[in-house]
Amino acid sequence: MDNHSNAARLTEPMEETDDSPAVEKIIQKEATMAPPMAEKPSETSRLPARIWMKTIGARYLVRIMALIVAVVLWELASRNGFHFYINFDNIPAPSVVGTALVAELAGQEFYLHILHSLERVAIAYVLAVVVGIILGVAMGRSRWAEDIILPYIELLRPIPAVAWIPLAILMLPTEQSSIIFITFLGALFPVILNTVHGVEQTSSVLVRAARSLGASRTAILWHVVLPGAMPSIVAGLAIGMGVAWFSLLAGEIISGQYGIGYYTWNSYTLIQYPQIIIGMLTIGGLGTLCTLLVRKGCNPLLKWQAKGGRS
Amino acid sequence: MNEALLNDNRLAVLDHSRLRAKAGKPGVERGRISVRDVDIVFDTPTGSHSAVQSANLTVQPGEFVCLLGPSGCGKSTLMNSIAGFVPPTRGDVTVDSEAVTEPGPDRGMVFQQHSLFPWKTVRENVAFGPLMAGVGQNEANSVARTFLSLVGLAAFENAYPNTLSGGMQQRVGIARALANYPSVLLMDEPFGALDAQTRIMMQENLLEIWREFHNTVVFVTHDIDEAVFLSDRIVVMSASPGRIIADIKVDLPRPREQSLLTSPSFMALKRQCLDLIRKETLNAFQQQNKAG
Repeated sequence: MDNHSNAARLTEPMEETDDSPAVEKIIQKEATMAPPMAEKPSETSRLPARIWMKTIGARYLVRIMALIVAVVLWELASRNGFHFYINFDNIPAPSVVGTALVAELAGQEFYLHILHSLERVAIAYVLAVVVGIILGVAMGRSRWAEDIILPYIELLRPIPAVAWIPLAILMLPTEQSSIIFITFLGALFPVILNTVHGVEQTSSVLVRAARSLGASRTAILWHVVLPGAMPSIVAGLAIGMGVAWFSLLAGEIISGQYGIGYYTWNSYTLIQYPQIIIGMLTIGGLGTLCTLLVRKGCNPLLKWQAKGGRS
Repeated sequence: MNEALLNDNRLAVLDHSRLRAKAGKPGVERGRISVRDVDIVFDTPTGSHSAVQSANLTVQPGEFVCLLGPSGCGKSTLMNSIAGFVPPTRGDVTVDSEAVTEPGPDRGMVFQQHSLFPWKTVRENVAFGPLMAGVGQNEANSVARTFLSLVGLAAFENAYPNTLSGGMQQRVGIARALANYPSVLLMDEPFGALDAQTRIMMQENLLEIWREFHNTVVFVTHDIDEAVFLSDRIVVMSASPGRIIADIKVDLPRPREQSLLTSPSFMALKRQCLDLIRKETLNAFQQQNKAG
């Protein structure tokens, strides 16, 4: 670029001002900074406190208030034995649930239930992710694989996890394996289908570019197909985690000696009403937490998306 | 970019000359393209479509040839058969006497747009070819840095493509194609999606780079100015069926700069191209009418 005529210099367009050191520095700084995805939340915290309170803070305040209103109404309904079609007679008030929760947290049994559920979800989920991604990639890449596997998926996917319980008990050797099987099935389908979807959207230009750069089929799979499908796969992983928890609960309610689903159902048969609500909230909390962890854990795989599209 | 920095880049390129030497037999000029009696026919739901008809073309090593023609005239298809993406229905395509059967790193491709791997940083994109060639990670990175300096984007090595402008992305695309030291560079309307001013900058930039490597370039475009400005030879194609209708020698002096675009010699050549294309197009129409 040293021999540009002066005329060329003068007409240098805006887009090419990367020649100027100042702009270069700024963009370079941007580029070398931490992944912009991670940066995004801090963008809001960079706002002056006064404006933050007025905009985002105010909205969160409203959300928290909305929840508090519901809790207060519930407390009142339980204490006064509200009974008009919906019956609050046997529903423990939030204050009672809170007291029971403190007692549970002080003991050991409660954690054991959580640990058992976490163990089952972990085993089932890892299996579902491995099997799901392998099958999904195979289906997305090969018409043969798709034609062989798709009928099974179409047939089995609409069957709810609960419906599998009798068969799972009959077919598998232990209660543990039955519950894990049911959980695995729940997580499997979203992972497979999202992987297929992602793989099938592989950009043909990128495949051609890779081939012209000397990439083998394996290299194309690894460097082009999988990263391109990653946003869709990650979405499938997050949905799969949610469904895994639904399915786990179904399994645990019917059988098992430990587990948060067992805990909830058992509390009902033992007439320990506050524990039912503790169980329900724990299930919801764990499901949300695990889904969040999956999303956060996958963020580094998607950091390239930060400035362009959104996942 | 200042002059000192650019000179540094040049030196860095020379350091890698051994890699270039490795790529081909020493003393033998590489990059001779030969297209003989090539027909390319596509089967479509409505019947077969003749995209390229009896194309004959020889490109000398180190020659810069533009394939010029309206959209849909088969110029990209012809280039894709040289690249190895589209097999000719009849006839044969050879590069350095070897029949083209599949794409390969000896023929670098630059696409119109959106061809960088969005999940790889700029450096990883350029290092991809060397990595696939079996060079180690460190060497691939240093080759990538060399070529990024060459296109003036060394500072952006850690950026992701979607943070760059269209012109910068295309420069990365050129660097990536060159990083394999290809004997032939195939460019499919690489500047077609850029605004006019950026395009001129990119054209000048490309010519500078080409002066460095002097590999064979086949450049597809529908822009007559671009074709005249860049090439040694313009191969004109007409639409449906895609046929080579003219082969025009461009003997403008090099190095070429933007000021050339308004010079009388450029204008004369452009007029010659326009006349020729018009004449050939009219001929083609008449023949079609007769046939119809």
